Amino acid sequence: MSRIAAKFAALKAEGRGAFIPFLEAWDPDSATSMAILRGMPGAGADLIEIGCPFTDPMADGPAVQLAGLRGLKAGATMARTLAMVREFRREDDTTPVVLMGYLNPIDSYGIERFTTDAAAAGVDGLIVVDLPSEEADLLLPHATARGLDVIRLVAPTTDVARLPLVLNGGSGFVYFVAITGVTGTRTASAAELEAALPLIRAATDLPVAVGFGLRTPAQAAEAVRVADAAVVGSALLDTLLASLDEQGRAGPNTVRLVLDQVRALSEAVRAARVPA
Amino acid sequence: MRDRAGRLGYDGELTGETATVNTIPLSNSPPFSNSPPFSNSLRSGPDGRGRFGDFGGRFVAETLMPLVLQVEQAYAAARADPSFQAELDYYLKDYVGRPSPLWFAERMTKLLGGAKIYFKRDELNHTGAHKINSCMGQILLARRMGKTRIIAETGAGQHGVATATVCALFGLPCTVYMGATDVERQSPNVFRMKLLGAEVRPVTSGAGTLKDAMNDAMRDWVANVQDTFYIIGTVAGPHPYPMMVRDFQSVIGEESKVQMRAVEGRLPDVAVACIGGGSNAMGLFHPYLDDTDVRLIGVEAAGHGVDTKQHAASLTMGRPGVLHGNRTYLLQDEDGQIQEAHSISAGLDYPGIGPEHSWLHDIKRVEYVSATDDEALAAFQMCTRAEGIIPALEPAHALAHVAKIAPTMREDEIILMNLCGRGDKDIFTVAAALGVTL
Ligand SMILES: Cc1ncc(COP(=O)(O)O)c(C=O)c1O
Repeated sequence: MSRIAAKFAALKAEGRGAFIPFLEAWDPDSATSMAILRGMPGAGADLIEIGCPFTDPMADGPAVQLAGLRGLKAGATMARTLAMVREFRREDDTTPVVLMGYLNPIDSYGIERFTTDAAAAGVDGLIVVDLPSEEADLLLPHATARGLDVIRLVAPTTDVARLPLVLNGGSGFVYFVAITGVTGTRTASAAELEAALPLIRAATDLPVAVGFGLRTPAQAAEAVRVADAAVVGSALLDTLLASLDEQGRAGPNTVRLVLDQVRALSEAVRAARVPA
Repeated sequence: MRDRAGRLGYDGELTGETATVNTIPLSNSPPFSNSPPFSNSLRSGPDGRGRFGDFGGRFVAETLMPLVLQVEQAYAAARADPSFQAELDYYLKDYVGRPSPLWFAERMTKLLGGAKIYFKRDELNHTGAHKINSCMGQILLARRMGKTRIIAETGAGQHGVATATVCALFGLPCTVYMGATDVERQSPNVFRMKLLGAEVRPVTSGAGTLKDAMNDAMRDWVANVQDTFYIIGTVAGPHPYPMMVRDFQSVIGEESKVQMRAVEGRLPDVAVACIGGGSNAMGLFHPYLDDTDVRLIGVEAAGHGVDTKQHAASLTMGRPGVLHGNRTYLLQDEDGQIQEAHSISAGLDYPGIGPEHSWLHDIKRVEYVSATDDEALAAFQMCTRAEGIIPALEPAHALAHVAKIAPTMREDEIILMNLCGRGDKDIFTVAAALGVTL
């Protein structure tokens, strides 16, 4: 069983939803982002999503855009992002790690070589934002052959008739982009989530994570009342940004502040109690 | 909570637009990718996946994908509907001022001493460039789809002005994304757009040029999928845009064929156009693709020189990758990070190129060359003095190449150049480059 499947199975047995924090690789520098990554499981992360910096993140709002630019400025590359995961795996063999990024840096690395190296580094799943189902055959065979889960995105604009196509070949979990918009801009209402989730569940047995726009512990808790996981990204990046000095360097409290927030979010998710 | 299309969203605003598009019987659509397996026409692309060879496609987030498919369906229906073409023809003739003249540039011909030079004068279109050809087609499609808000990206501001213009004509609200650097260097066009009632949003991410404006326009589109139509300014973006914009711009090449035959009794030996995203060039070239005796030359912006880091020559110096919804040649580093382009001309300052050009490059049907800032500036001045036509800095790049090849050709040979924009918008840039304070 993949790490992702094992984790969701374990959480299901526990009767609770998952909390998935997001960080951008090398934001604002290699050591700080490594320290945040290492600290996340201890602070309550059930799975971790790592953003791969890209110059033109078209589906992302200002927080992720800025984080990507900080990462690139610090020297992030695809190879270095994979090295981060390899380093993390030396001490953590259970927390699933999902890479989120755009196709071009992966394509540039070489899709086949990338899936090989990512799997070897201990990556469990891939979210490629600008690779819709219509183009997914570029990645799917390579990822599947190496045991990497390809996590499909479902959006509020996704037609029910389209769902089977969108979910085809996906594994690990399904990522429901809860809003029509870029990351970190708006928050979906409970009613919106309650309306959408049953339609997705009818089309798949995979766990469903909700992301894009969750900011507070209360919102994360609300999300796991209907979904299996809550992803929080921009709110953590905003905290990181606020902790930087004028030159954009990590402050003495950067790691602690981000991890404190991870802890608060995870506690809320743990207390939410998913009804069976 | 489920709308008629059965979408997962909750937005009660979904209006008749969805219903209209969804009720188009698929059997009525023309063969959308008219690429029969044994077609020997170079004009038959793209295929059903929106690809020209290895290039093109639909690399957008899932949120946009249903919308992109909707545009594809609506365009297929419009294309098959004679009343759509009739409506477009009406506006192109009486509002845009088509057909644009074919001008024998006699003094330039004498000056350069060689091939006869003709200009296809798309700078005489309403709003002063070729951009309005495609804006008109796209806004008519947006209206058919029941969209009530228009967005666009712009570099030089010509596409923004053309979009703002058609929005004023049809009374639709318009938001134009423009890089902050370009807002600065194309201020007359910014003011024009505002006069036309458009909102201009300066984009500060990246270098604040066309690429960044396109990113923000796509972000706006993702956030406003239900009511908004994105009028893309060049033959880029996800399928069907490269095909659709090409189709709307092909009026340039089609007219020129008729005009050349009328004036010279034959087609030109060479057709030359500048390339930013490649729409004016594709509009000129596409009708000639199967006329293999006609040499086609696209001129990219070499900025300070293709051997420097400051140029916009994606085909000459780039390699294939994926940006803004399609696979194409891009300026990028080893890690697949997109590099900033540079050109004195804001309209050419783009690190990518339309996917059909990438394919035409690979199969060698079109030659792609480049001209530097300085060469374009010289051509700009030469054209102004010799012909009394102030060209935009974009076609000045094409002209710079014409100036290189005309003297090497015989006097009975013919060069056709797309004079795709007028230069009023550029006089401040040119003055600064020439050290003149206005
Ligand atoms: C006059 C003119 N020519 C050319 C271009 C470049 O675009 P394209 O290559 O799509 O024709 C622009 C873009 O703004 C323009 O304004």
